[in-house]
Amino acid sequence: MLETIWFILWAVLWGMFFILDGFDLGVGTLLPVLAKNEDERRIMYNVAGPFWDGNEVWLIAAGGVTFAAFPKAYAVMFSALYVPLLLLLFTLIFRAVSFEFRNKVAHASWRVLWDSIHFFSNIAASVLLGVAFANLFMGIPVDAQGVYHGNLLSLLNPYGLAGGVFFLCMFILHGALWLAIKSRDDLQTRAVATAFFIWPVMLVLLLAFLVLTAMHTNLFANYLAMPALFILPILALAGLILVRIMLREGRLWAAWGSSALFIFSVTFFGVAGMFPGMIISSLDPAATGTAFNGASSPLTLKIMLGVALVMVPIVLAYQCWTYHVFSAPVTREDLEDDHAY
Amino acid sequence: MDAVLLSRLQFAVAVFFHFIFVPLTLGLSLVLAWMETRYVLSGDEAWKKQVKFWGKLFIINFTLGVVTGITLEFQFGTNWSRYSAYVGDIFGSLLAIEATVAFFLESTFLAVWHFGWNRVGKKLHLASIWLVAIAGNISALWIILANGFMQHPVGYAVNATAGRAELTSFFDVLTNGYAWGMYAHTVLGAWALGGFFVLGVSAWHLLRRSHTEFFRRSFRMVTPWTLVLTLLLALAGDIQGKNVAHYQPAKLAALESHWETGRNVPFYLLALPDEEGEGNMVEALGIPGLLSWISYGDAAAEVKGLKDIPKNDRPPVLPTFLSFRAMVALGGLFVLLTLWAAFQLRKDTPCPLLLKAMVWNIPLPYIALMLGWAVAEIGRQPWIVYGLMRTSDAVSPVPAPTVAMSLGAFIAIYSLLGILDIYLLRKYAIQGPEAREV
Repeated sequence: MLETIWFILWAVLWGMFFILDGFDLGVGTLLPVLAKNEDERRIMYNVAGPFWDGNEVWLIAAGGVTFAAFPKAYAVMFSALYVPLLLLLFTLIFRAVSFEFRNKVAHASWRVLWDSIHFFSNIAASVLLGVAFANLFMGIPVDAQGVYHGNLLSLLNPYGLAGGVFFLCMFILHGALWLAIKSRDDLQTRAVATAFFIWPVMLVLLLAFLVLTAMHTNLFANYLAMPALFILPILALAGLILVRIMLREGRLWAAWGSSALFIFSVTFFGVAGMFPGMIISSLDPAATGTAFNGASSPLTLKIMLGVALVMVPIVLAYQCWTYHVFSAPVTREDLEDDHAY
Repeated sequence: MDAVLLSRLQFAVAVFFHFIFVPLTLGLSLVLAWMETRYVLSGDEAWKKQVKFWGKLFIINFTLGVVTGITLEFQFGTNWSRYSAYVGDIFGSLLAIEATVAFFLESTFLAVWHFGWNRVGKKLHLASIWLVAIAGNISALWIILANGFMQHPVGYAVNATAGRAELTSFFDVLTNGYAWGMYAHTVLGAWALGGFFVLGVSAWHLLRRSHTEFFRRSFRMVTPWTLVLTLLLALAGDIQGKNVAHYQPAKLAALESHWETGRNVPFYLLALPDEEGEGNMVEALGIPGLLSWISYGDAAAEVKGLKDIPKNDRPPVLPTFLSFRAMVALGGLFVLLTLWAAFQLRKDTPCPLLLKAMVWNIPLPYIALMLGWAVAEIGRQPWIVYGLMRTSDAVSPVPAPTVAMSLGAFIAIYSLLGILDIYLLRKYAIQGPEAREV
């Protein structure tokens, strides 16, 4: 029971990370496409400005909880995904410092350099997250000793790549909606147009990903065993359709919220299909690390549950408050502030 | 080189680089919180100007601290998977609590503070920097409780069926005296480093008579603070030394290069270990009974020598010994420097020689903290968890060439970041309080 609760919490933390950091990553990916001049580029940095750091902590929390609640799964997952994980961390390093460094030296080529780094690190981080999670859904070649029998290229299989493209598109849509909320004038118009443009692509990708998932993974076994779970892919689809409806009505926050529902449901769709597997072995079913054979002791799980039940709502409360404080769109006047990026 | 050594090097690179940024965050956040408190209480714009100037340096430093911290949490999984699986039940929960209790708070309120000057009220803004400072220091506590478990494991039992260590008493883990001693020594060192950073940058400007009024204020503000901290730091170091003597006799023997078990052991001002010959090449200027006294508070106490510790349980002696000596020497220097500064407080401007010394001193507290960690971590070898698990049993089954590649990437990326950090900190420190971001 404790293990199952923790498995769900584990999915919640990843879902929160994708919802929150997802829009930063999307806005960063759109930077060279949507910003036409220096002011607009700076606005695009500043729409994520007060948020990206707090958002990234959800990754640390998700990693920490994997470690605390499922140490064995953590050990195998992160050592098997050694190369992609370190690549992800390096891209996140560059993403973060590009926020901070870009505006610190008044030189055009310095800015061009950091803009390029910002773009490439955001796009790479999005794709890597998708590739990693698709491979986790599908199972990776690890043996019972946790030794990984493959390389980076074996992760770049068709399904893994599909996951990469899927996540990238998901974050671009999410980021475009955030940019639409947080900007004005031309930039906002372009952001809304981008969301409209990317939406049908996302819909096709979602359907394709569901079909590919049925072909390449065992995720649907859980769904057939427990049909009530089909609510998850339906919620994902519903979220995505709501994005379009809300966009049409010009209700941008609602559109972003629908996109969040979509992302959260996609995460849960995959993770529910994996249950109780956390690190599924494609070599040998017996080598699969599960929420049960890889969990911490009941004492640790109980203590951590107490901590999570108290702290996560508190964190959500103060993070919501900061979103409220910084909810106003970023305008050209805001760039005058000497604290702006 | 094998995967163990490569992984150790990689962790060392990652953790040392991270620790360039952490102590300044811990120390400077408190200085900023105090400055802003003065501003809010007095309404004096001069204090606000202080907060803005030092805050700019703080933010550059903070970002790098954040990004280099993330890689650490994941490296336990990537490079030390057997360790993670073996002690994750205890160690993992401490890291997870760090993120949920402290790091969210620190990152979120840093943004409120940084971007919120015109968006939240004065008092809320002040509360934000205090939350950043407190959360940062709480974050350090959880990390050091985790490290404290590696140094002196408590509150666990080995479950032979599961093949791992399991938590038996969370209370024991939280009240681990060894960890609290480390914490006190580390945060006091970090706070002192923050003080020396402010002293050094202020001194640079005072020497050039630029913004004299401004930098005299910051110099005078942190002088007493840094003096008190350096003295407390020495005291905490002494307490921690006794912890080491009590719980980690092998580390104590290595850091003192002490070979023969005996009572009434002298402390040699000059010594140089010879690991092959199991003794010291040089041993001179001994102060009778001092080593026994500083280790156990009793000049007659018995101190175990390295010869009575099996060879495969001994840490590398030379690096532990040299790091420890250099750290202690620097600690002494810091006390003298701040005493000197304190005696000059009554003067309008401190004498140029002191100012020059303060500028040159800027890197030294960093070095001292690094040396302290070198003593703690190299001195713990060959154990990853003292007496429980060997470092060589802890490494991931990742091929050595892969680790060599990632180590190369770490070195390249971190060198680049280090250069950029120093360049930007220097640039903004030199520009002084009038500069605007471009």
